[in-house]
Amino acid sequence: MDKFIHSVKLDKDACTGCINCIKYCPTQAIRVHGGKASIKPQFCVDCGRCIRYCPHHAKIAESDSLDEMHNYKYTVALPAPSLYAQFNNLTNVDIVLNALLSMGFDDVFEVSAAAELVSEMTRSYIEEHRDEAPFISSACPTIVRIIRVRFPTLIPRLLPIRPPVEIAAQIARKLAMEKTGLPSSDIGIFFISPCPSKVTYAKAPLGIEKSQIDKVLAIKDVYPVLLSHMTHDESKLRPLSTSGRIGIGWSNSGGEAAGLITDNYLAADGIMNVLRVLSDLEDEKFHGLLFVELNACNGGCVGGPLTVENPYVATAKTKRLHRYLPVSGTHMEACPDVDYLWEEYVEYEPVFRLGSNFRESFEMMGMVEDLTEQLPGLDCGSCGAPTCRALAEDIVRGEASRNDCIYEFIAFIQSLSGDLSYMTTEMEASGRIGPEDLQNLQHSIGKLALELRRKDV
Amino acid sequence: MSECLTFEYQVSGDDFTRAGEASSDVKNKLKMMGVDSGVIRRVAIAMYEGEINMVIHADGGSIKVLVSDDNIRLILADTGPGIPDVEKAMQQGYSTAPEEVRSLGFGAGMGLPNMKKFSDNMQIDTEVGVGTTVTMDIHL
Repeated sequence: MDKFIHSVKLDKDACTGCINCIKYCPTQAIRVHGGKASIKPQFCVDCGRCIRYCPHHAKIAESDSLDEMHNYKYTVALPAPSLYAQFNNLTNVDIVLNALLSMGFDDVFEVSAAAELVSEMTRSYIEEHRDEAPFISSACPTIVRIIRVRFPTLIPRLLPIRPPVEIAAQIARKLAMEKTGLPSSDIGIFFISPCPSKVTYAKAPLGIEKSQIDKVLAIKDVYPVLLSHMTHDESKLRPLSTSGRIGIGWSNSGGEAAGLITDNYLAADGIMNVLRVLSDLEDEKFHGLLFVELNACNGGCVGGPLTVENPYVATAKTKRLHRYLPVSGTHMEACPDVDYLWEEYVEYEPVFRLGSNFRESFEMMGMVEDLTEQLPGLDCGSCGAPTCRALAEDIVRGEASRNDCIYEFIAFIQSLSGDLSYMTTEMEASGRIGPEDLQNLQHSIGKLALELRRKDV
Repeated sequence: MSECLTFEYQVSGDDFTRAGEASSDVKNKLKMMGVDSGVIRRVAIAMYEGEINMVIHADGGSIKVLVSDDNIRLILADTGPGIPDVEKAMQQGYSTAPEEVRSLGFGAGMGLPNMKKFSDNMQIDTEVGVGTTVTMDIHL
């Protein structure tokens, strides 16, 4: 499996080549060349920020089609807790779970139920490893991915516990196989997800070899279908939900930490805030923390790019929904045995390193510094790179040229026009045009044509 | 390899919102150069402590980071009040930071001791009323 697979993609037809996205990408993964944006796969961490900011909706999140349900003999839906927060006046989670059955799934297993198991596991893990604290939550795949490429010293701080959706998938598969006697390949485990990051996770998880999730559906795709299947006559509902406040609260920033029953935690949300926290954690600016909960999306998972509702409204709805629920409704001893811990450690991927060794990187950094100094420093983005420094890095990496900078290009045209003007004045003065003069003229015009072609003018 | 890369920063005084910008920038550059992450961590912590010291005590100053193939040298220079008793200033927990700074959580008297702890070699040149230059080496 490709290490740098990602689920945020570009719709080339919708892309106008404007430079909004390059400015918003927190890892500077996007470039605009030849009038179209492109994403550098090794830099992209699937945070989805470009999806929100692209005014032309040219950034799309890949997810699976609802039709995939027909490709399995038995299907289980795993609703993310953020799904519940999409509906107005929802008083009972069972309304959503019954609607999932009514729309065609054979069974449901709540990710919020698994989240309570993960909370339970995390409490005991932290208790046993207090001297290695603070632990950073590994539930948001974007956080794990950004730490993998940007914060090598924080890799050992990642909580080595599988995310709730994975635990839910493992339990759901086990229960389905026991119930139906079908082989694993006939059972389809469908996660209903708030974000593309989980789509990537299902295909290429970090921390484990292979995920038990088969397909990932977008909340925004399931939502309209689900609406028509929802009945508010509670007497007709099969009681299915087992989650309490802790599990359902996981969809909001601070929800995971709340499940740990400690005050020694920090919770940050929104990728830019998260980056600042990670940088400060790296410098050991906080002391005495046990747990750090980080969510790439504003407000937590309810802010995912595949959700329908405004994240802050969704947060308010979550609070209303779980107000009268028990603290926790799902417990490990009542669930089938599954593996909770990671199988493998996440390895540092130094994708931002300039050269292949220190010596080479050192020299390239020197060139980047010099070039950055020479570029105009306006960070206008016209070259297709987010900053002048990023362009300098691209040039040194051999992925761009100096004339991609519009100001450098104007200077180039000016110098060429100066050369031409000098040549013609000389010719006029001498009263003759020799073969050498012609060659020089052709050479200059050729240079101009080449640069214009490269710029796609 | 005798040449050396130099990164320079100005630290403004009394502006806590910007403290840490320089160490954060250096950290990113060192990562792009593939410097060992343990070394980067030490550089970042030592430099951040120095940056904060300049903000609290010296109304800012300048930082030079010199990277060669076997060493990273941090030179933090200010024209602040100077340190009257270096030995005392090096003691853990000793601080002359004003009360309003301490109430922000700074001034715990760990700045210089941490800078010494995280560098391989540290030298303080100071003169009361003239300023202080702290030079730290962290070997690669």
